[in-house]
Amino acid sequence: MTGPLLSVRDLRTTFPTPNGPARAVDGVSFDIAPRETVGLVGESGCGKSVTSLSILRLIQPPGRIEAGSRIAFEGTELLTLDERRMRAIRGARISMIFQEPMAALNPVFTVGDQIAEVARVHTTASRREAWSRAVEMMRLTGISDPADRARQYPHELSGGMRQRVMIAMALMMSPPLLIADEPTTALDVTIQAQILELLRELQQRVGMSILLITHDLGVVAETASRVLVMYAGEVVEEAHVHMLFEAPHHPYTEGLLAAVPRLGEARERLRVIPGTVPAATAWPTGCRFHDRCPYAWDRCVAEHPPLYQIGVGQWSRCHLAEEPERRVAHRATSATGIAGSSTARDV
Amino acid sequence: MFSWLLAALLIGGVCWGAARWRVAPAAHPGPWRTAMTRFRSQGPAMASVYLLVALVVVTALAPWLVSFAPTDTLIAASEQAPTLTHPFGTDFAGRDVLSRVLYGGQVSLPVAFLSVLLAATIGTAYGAAAGLASERVDGIMMRLIDAVLAIPRLFLLIAVLAIWGNPSVPMLILLLGLTGWFGVSRIVRAEVRALRGEEWMMAADALGASRRRTLWRHVLPNVLSPVIVAATLGVGNIVLLEAALGYLGIGVQPPTPSWGNIIQDGAQALFTVWWMFVFPGLAIVLTAMSFNIAGDALRDALDPRQVGQR
Amino acid sequence: MGVVVALATTLSFFLIRLAPGDPFSALLENPRVSPEHVARLRAEYGFDGPIHEQFASYVARVARGDLGDSFTHRRPVRALVSERLPRTMLLMGLALATSFALGIAIGVVQAWRAGSAVDKVLGAVAMFFYSLPDFWLALVVLYIFGYKLDLFPTTMIPAFHLGAVPWWERLGEAAARLTMPVATLALLTTALVARYQRSAMLDVSGRDFVRTARAKGVTEHGVLFRHVLRNALLPVVTLLGLAFPALLAGSVFIERIFSYQGIGYLTVEAVRNGDPELVSSLVLLMAVLVAIGNLLADLLYAVVDPRLRARA
Repeated sequence: MTGPLLSVRDLRTTFPTPNGPARAVDGVSFDIAPRETVGLVGESGCGKSVTSLSILRLIQPPGRIEAGSRIAFEGTELLTLDERRMRAIRGARISMIFQEPMAALNPVFTVGDQIAEVARVHTTASRREAWSRAVEMMRLTGISDPADRARQYPHELSGGMRQRVMIAMALMMSPPLLIADEPTTALDVTIQAQILELLRELQQRVGMSILLITHDLGVVAETASRVLVMYAGEVVEEAHVHMLFEAPHHPYTEGLLAAVPRLGEARERLRVIPGTVPAATAWPTGCRFHDRCPYAWDRCVAEHPPLYQIGVGQWSRCHLAEEPERRVAHRATSATGIAGSSTARDV
Repeated sequence: MFSWLLAALLIGGVCWGAARWRVAPAAHPGPWRTAMTRFRSQGPAMASVYLLVALVVVTALAPWLVSFAPTDTLIAASEQAPTLTHPFGTDFAGRDVLSRVLYGGQVSLPVAFLSVLLAATIGTAYGAAAGLASERVDGIMMRLIDAVLAIPRLFLLIAVLAIWGNPSVPMLILLLGLTGWFGVSRIVRAEVRALRGEEWMMAADALGASRRRTLWRHVLPNVLSPVIVAATLGVGNIVLLEAALGYLGIGVQPPTPSWGNIIQDGAQALFTVWWMFVFPGLAIVLTAMSFNIAGDALRDALDPRQVGQR
Repeated sequence: MGVVVALATTLSFFLIRLAPGDPFSALLENPRVSPEHVARLRAEYGFDGPIHEQFASYVARVARGDLGDSFTHRRPVRALVSERLPRTMLLMGLALATSFALGIAIGVVQAWRAGSAVDKVLGAVAMFFYSLPDFWLALVVLYIFGYKLDLFPTTMIPAFHLGAVPWWERLGEAAARLTMPVATLALLTTALVARYQRSAMLDVSGRDFVRTARAKGVTEHGVLFRHVLRNALLPVVTLLGLAFPALLAGSVFIERIFSYQGIGYLTVEAVRNGDPELVSSLVLLMAVLVAIGNLLADLLYAVVDPRLRARA
């Protein structure tokens, strides 16, 4: 098929809070092509998980996706689809795996049951057929002795194996799109590597796209071909993975990359981005990063930047795109020390 | 009847004041303030509070509100159905039931409050001690509690009261309190145990805070909320329990009226003197229900997990 | 469980011994009763001798299953108990089953339509029943259904039949007699179960695996009845352990009011008539029953929650 597999335009998702509506996702747009791995990166609270839940329309009331948002999948507009057809898509055309596999699996059913449930929900397979397909899927995701394992309960499996179970569940119906929400965050580093390897392998085999959500830049570097950086409910930079790591444009991306400590580097203090992520109920005016940005000037406070195109397939939501000469650090940043350090004194 | 009007005005005034009392909005409201706001936004909760205020006022002002003393016997007027002079009727000895119910409240309500206070205090102390103690001591302490909890409280009370005879009101409060603290201690111990594991506790320890200081400043405030909830619900329970004891004849002794023993008097001739068990019963139900609703609402309001949800 | 029994035994023993005087002092008042007779009674019932000897013999007796003799009934306690216990068990069993079945159903409905009018109404009704004193409810039920409406028999005296009676008639009679007490007992517990079940369902609904189920494409129906319910039953099972003593306590009144000759009735009588041996034995018995009930609840919990099952 031609055209993107998934096309998100102007997604806005809000949650009512006692302090006013929290605009967790505030105008996010991106595409995912078939067989592509796109990384969605950002700190906690930037809206990346909410974005993924919005795609599958798993946002529970009172949260809601605002009118004016568009999500097109394989040409069909998802947000106006009736619930029955949406259910047919969930788990079969778009699947999702979550961060904490122990919490994400039902503790009172066997893993085999839970994987087989996907088949029973979406096809007319009998219990026996669904079960054997589940076992087969478990084998494909690298679980040894799948027939025995299938009869076990989630608490009897290790973290890595549980995540494999989740992957098996997600891939039962060979969906063209897999959303992986922090799939390796809760796992050991070695298991992390295994799971990522597994995802890569399965992607080749099944020919699917993956939307990989994470706060870990290392994971993104390894797996994604294109990266979206989110901050304060918006996409602030979009680029191919190599460009992003070699020549980041947005100051936030810069900060993120600089914050990663490198082995063999002699430093006394870690580099941090000063300040904290603002609350979703009160995004700052103008550029939302201006109060933490080393280059900010008055335009940044007054004018909310649009996504400027910097190069082929590279976009940045920063006024530096138009005034690159302003890229002079005038605010004390992590390069020289921690600005306004208050960490040592607070108890 | 004038005094009734005054009482109504008093109740109305207190309730109106409570409703109107505006808590100043703060930028970062602490947990108590948030809880209070949430509690007050719930209709049934506030209604039950008003009802309780009304009950307390009415029973406290009983001497001014009724024309008959609760122990005045008028044999001639015995066992009369409700009339204007006797809105709740009279009992077998000719005593005005309305008067007995109101004076009964003067006994039943304080008994409930005080015994719960006693139980909460003992329970918190025991539970905190167990929570802060070593594993072994804690284990023994809680095993004892579990064993005692297995015996239904009513039986315990029946057994004790049956053998030791008619209790005075203070005695009753003591007994009720002494048998009611086990549940609270479990709750408190669980909370303290949980808090012990949290990092900030270890930080306080690392900074050299003494055990007592830790207890007072850090542990107790956190533990207080479930205790308050349990206490509120407990008062409702005690009202029912005290009534049950009264009904069995081993609670508050006649002629002092309490809601339970009025029903007992009436139960003898159940089918003819319905007013003797309907009215005190209603009083009990209303009180218990109010405490239950308030306790529930309090629990919801104090629950930190309810953020932005229904 | 052993601790419970031990504690209960000790308790019931000391309760009586610690009372001012002993049960026989009242007899001394009676001029027609000779002191020798009282002394003999004392010896017979084990009230003489130093306290630790008494305790030892008491424990030994109880271990043998001999619960002494009832003073007022002039029969061994054990005989009385074995006569009455099955009746109470029947009453409690029925009440337990009804209240849990009904309570779980109501709780599920409430959670399904959480926040709606149905939920609020059911919640208010449950709250109302939960706040009722059990003896009062029993009186009201007896009055309305037994007396005014004359739907059910108000006494428990079995009807006298000439000749053989077909079993279904007998069953019908038994059912009629049991309805009011079971219903009263059950009503109060149902309210509690419904509240528990509702909050358990709502709690579970917020858990991650429910989100996973939805992400798999499971219908809302499936999510609720398969995923949520199954997990929400767990805390309700613990309620079973709690319901046991509560029902037992309730039976005290219910049996008395409905004239149902079970152990609750026995207890009230014993209390009223000052029969120490019986009272203490009954307290012991209740504690044991409760302990057994808790044990059963624990077993059931292990069945329901796979995390607690020991793997072979």
